[in-house]
This record gives sequence, C-alpha cells and structure tokens, in this order.
Amino acid sequence: MELVFKRPECLIDIPFHFCPGCHHGIAHRLVAEAIDYFKIREKTIGVASVGCSVFMYDYFNVDVLEAPHGRASAVASGVKRATKDRIVFTYQGDGDLAAIGIAEGIHTANRGENITIIFANNGIYGMTGGQMAPTTLLGQKTSTSPYGRDFTYDGYPIRMAEMLATLEGSAFVARVAVNNPANLMKAKRAIRKAFQMQIEEMGFSFVEVLLACPTNWGMTALEANRRVEEEMIPYFPLGILKERKMADYL
Amino acid sequence: MDNARDVHSAARSVLMSPFECGGKVETQEPEKMLAKGNEAIAMAAIDSGCLLYFGYPITPQNDIPEYLSKHLPALGGGFIQAESEIASINLLLGASATGARAMTSSSSPGISLMQEGISYMAGSELPGLIVNISRSGPGLGGISPSQGDYFQATRGGGHGDYRMIVLAPSSVQEMYDLTCLAFNLSDKYRNPAMILGDALIGQMKEPLIRKKCAKMDLPPKDWALTGAQGRKPNRLKSLYLQDGELSEHNWKLHQKYEQMKKEEVRFESFFTEDAKLIVAAFGSMARVSKTSVELAREEGMKVGLLRPITLFPFPEKALYDFSQRVKLFLTVELNTGQMVEDVKLSVERDAQVYFYGRPPGSLPSPEEVLEEIKKCYRLGQG
Repeated sequence: MELVFKRPECLIDIPFHFCPGCHHGIAHRLVAEAIDYFKIREKTIGVASVGCSVFMYDYFNVDVLEAPHGRASAVASGVKRATKDRIVFTYQGDGDLAAIGIAEGIHTANRGENITIIFANNGIYGMTGGQMAPTTLLGQKTSTSPYGRDFTYDGYPIRMAEMLATLEGSAFVARVAVNNPANLMKAKRAIRKAFQMQIEEMGFSFVEVLLACPTNWGMTALEANRRVEEEMIPYFPLGILKERKMADYL
Repeated sequence: MDNARDVHSAARSVLMSPFECGGKVETQEPEKMLAKGNEAIAMAAIDSGCLLYFGYPITPQNDIPEYLSKHLPALGGGFIQAESEIASINLLLGASATGARAMTSSSSPGISLMQEGISYMAGSELPGLIVNISRSGPGLGGISPSQGDYFQATRGGGHGDYRMIVLAPSSVQEMYDLTCLAFNLSDKYRNPAMILGDALIGQMKEPLIRKKCAKMDLPPKDWALTGAQGRKPNRLKSLYLQDGELSEHNWKLHQKYEQMKKEEVRFESFFTEDAKLIVAAFGSMARVSKTSVELAREEGMKVGLLRPITLFPFPEKALYDFSQRVKLFLTVELNTGQMVEDVKLSVERDAQVYFYGRPPGSLPSPEEVLEEIKKCYRLGQG
C-alpha cells in the first residue's frame, strides 16, 4: 500500500506540550515538512525563542540553539555569518519578535540576512498567561488589558509583515493562517517558498503565521479557529507581500 | 580591489570553514611595530583565528571595529556593525554556537547592555571574547579611564550564578598576548572571557611584538551546531525545568570556576620578596603604581607590587600566602573601592588592607601614589 501521509522526518515523535486547539503544532509541522521537502535536515540550524515556542529543541530533529528573549534573529544572523552554507531559521512569537526583539528583527531584515523567520502571531503572550501583546487587537481583553486594548493607552496592533516588507533588505514576506485547509495549503507553500529563497541565497525571508490560542483567548478550539477568520484576518490580511525575483547584490 | 563588493567576493572564494577556525591562521614571523592597544587586540584576534566580529560604535574602543572591518573581509571573515550592543552579543552567541571563534568589543555602557547575552552564553556554555575598553560611569559618565566595572566584570554582571574569565592587560603587548590567551581559555572552559582595559591602555601606542599566538591543547567542539549530519542533533540551551536539572547544571558550572581558580590564576609580582608593604593594583593603575614602588625603593622602603592579571580567577592564594609574612597591603584603584574587597577576602585577618581610590576624572601621578604608600608604611611601623 502506498504511504500518503506520515510524520515529517525532522519532527521528533513525542507529544507536543501545546494546549488543545493551539495552532503552534500545525506551524511546527509545516516548517518540518519544508525542511524534509528540501532534504536539508542535516544542514539546518534552528533558533528557538522565548515563549511557548521555546521547546522547539524538543520537537525538531535538527541542531537547535536557544536565544535570549527577542534576540533570535540576531543569534540566527551570527549563526549564518559563521556557517554560510547552512540553513538557519528562527521561530518567534509576537512578544518575542514584535515587542522585545523588534529592533533585532528589523535590522536583521534590513541587512538582508539570508535566514528565515517564522513569526507565530497569536496576538497574546501565551507562556506567561495571556498578557497583552503588540499584536493584540483593539478591544481584545487580556490579563493586562482587562477592559480591552485601547489605542489611547496601549497603541495599535503592529503589522510586522507589512513593516518588514517596506525594507529593501527583505526578499520574501508573507502572512498566512492555518485555520482551514485552504489557508493551511497556502501556508505550507509560503513556508516552503521562504526556505527555498534562503537555499537560493535570495536573502531575508519572513512568514507570519496567524495562530489561535484558545486557552488565553478564553475560547473553545472551534471558537478560537473562527476568531482567526473573523477578527484576525481582517486586521492582518493574508498573502504574499513581497517576493524578490533576483538576489540583491551591491 | 577598491570597493566593498570586490573585497567580499574575493573573500567568498577563500572562505574557510569556521569549524576549523581556531589556529588556522598560519604562523607569521614575529613582527615588531608601534601599535595602539586597541589595534593590538584586533591583531591578536585575527592571529587567534577569530574572523567574526560584531559590535556597535562607542568611545574609546572604536579602533577595534575599524581595524577589523578593514581586515576581516579579505581574510574571508565577517564583520557586522550591529544596531546595538544587545544585538552584538547575540550575534556573538550565535556565531560561537557554530564552533567559530568570534568576538565583540565595547565600552562600559555597551557592556551593560550585553549582560543578558553574557549570562545566556555562560548558561549555555558558549565561548566568546568580550572586550571592555571601559570608561567611567555610572550612567553616561565620561570617557576617561576608570576601573568602575571591576564588580560587573568579576561578579558575573548578568543574572544567575556564573563567572566570566576576566583578563586585565596593563601594556599594549599584554593587550595582544592576553587576547590570544582569552580565546584559548574561553574555548578550554566553554565560557565567555573578557579583556578589561581602559582608554589609557586602549589608546596609547607602545612597541608591540606581533607573534604567533601560543597554542593550547583544546577539547574538540563536538557540541557545536553545524547541522546534524550523521549524528544526533546538538542542543545549546540554558533552560532546565526538570526537577534537580538546573541545580546540577549550576554545580557543573561551579566546578569549572573552581578549576579555573586552581589552574588559570595569573599575576605579576614585583619587588615582593622582602616587601613589608604590598601594593595591589591592576591594569593602567598598576603601571602608575609600579613607578611609585620604584620610587619607594629608591627611598629605601621595602615595598612591592602584586598585579592581578586574571581578575577572575583572582589571585587569592598568592595574596593569602604573602599575608603570612606581609601585614600591610595598599589597594590602588581608579574607582572608590572594588577590588579591595577581594584583597580583604584573600589575606589573613591580621593583615591591614588600606585603599587609595581615584574616581574618574584624572589619573593619580606616581608621586601621589607614593605619598599614600608612605602613609601606610608609616602606619605599619608605628
């Protein structure tokens, strides 16, 4: 019988620690599938961030380095500059990349570092118990915005993909979601494309993945899935924002 | 090759594997030159096989990134002027994780920003060189020579229970030699190492003999992240959540620091054989104090100098041994009293430890230190 579906080789066969209905596991799987697709498991180095994604080293069957909170893109740049023929990616949450690590993220993109950032945006601090994130939507209640996010006091949710797409240094920027099969297939293609760009030395690639966090949103898995469609996607539109066709040289 | 693209593309063709970086640069004949202290560090880095530099501009250490930005590309190395010292230390963390020799340099306020990364490097057991051509603080302070960062350097500086190898040069030649040593010790112990200098040592020019960096037998970097080819994936991390795991990890780090204390202490002892008073000073202050000791000898006083070269591990045993016989110590520092605490902890209880401090602004002259020596000497005789 033909085997049509199996666990990616670079995903270790242990249970995820993620909550029921959380989308991190799906995003992890898509990254693993891309690494398998290009047969680069033995030359890939992953950089874990701080947050729910910190346990990446338990799940990915590749070399993994744990970065300080927010610094994954700087750490990954250091790895890449030292090992130009390896494939280097980070997996960072919204607190990690869009708050504490925004300077590192912007400058990594602006330098055109030939790495891939997978940006997991669920609009909340998951690991610390549901505090307001830079990507928390207006009006959204969190443990530190108990009356709902108010732009007067808290500012606006940051659109990282759009911001990074404006930089000359970025080569590929996309935003995807995994809340239904159609979006998931597009996400799979975008993540694969991001790795392909790196393999072809096209420069900095970035995929923002909208994820549900049922636990900290106070929702069931189904409600959270619907919220991605009804509330997140309207503010964070999906699609490929930028795709460079030729490598950028001095 | 007169533009950046030419230099970089030429470099690309000779790019060496970072996994064999240490000691890869071939021996050069000893070359005598007149060099700035900061440049000596940069040259020693290249001669140690460190071809990756990350840093952010700050006075008084800019000669280091300027030298390396000029020379590294042609050697196949990499140079990044980072957006901050926070990024610099994390670029270093990433590069070190691949087994490559790499470094950053900065000055006091920038080193403060690096403390998080240094703590992670110590926790993840990553080598790497951090150069602090320190300036004066607190806050923005000033750019004059200061030794106000002694505590920060020797006590860890960042969060958690760790130590850093700290070497304190007091000449341009030592800037070179100790940089070579720092890379070796850092690799040997899988621990970050720091060169702690100041504007005086960094900016002055002296004769330098640029020679091959001394080799050291170093363990293989089988922990490095190079892609899990034909082996199990390597993990470099500092998070330990399982019961007892972190305590075990802390004790393991502690063992390394204890081993450093046993094996790596370095100090200079000057006129100590018959001394009745020993001056303890490091770095630029030790240079001034050395002249003061010579002046005191000319006046017939039995005064010696102990100059810690390793600030961590501190020469506590040497001081203890001296204090069996010598009961007068004078610690001289360019601050209001930091290393003096280590001197007090090291010596016998019946030894007197005096302190002369000069907070940033101006250096004391040898005569001023001599006056302090005389006061302490008289107290000892009275």
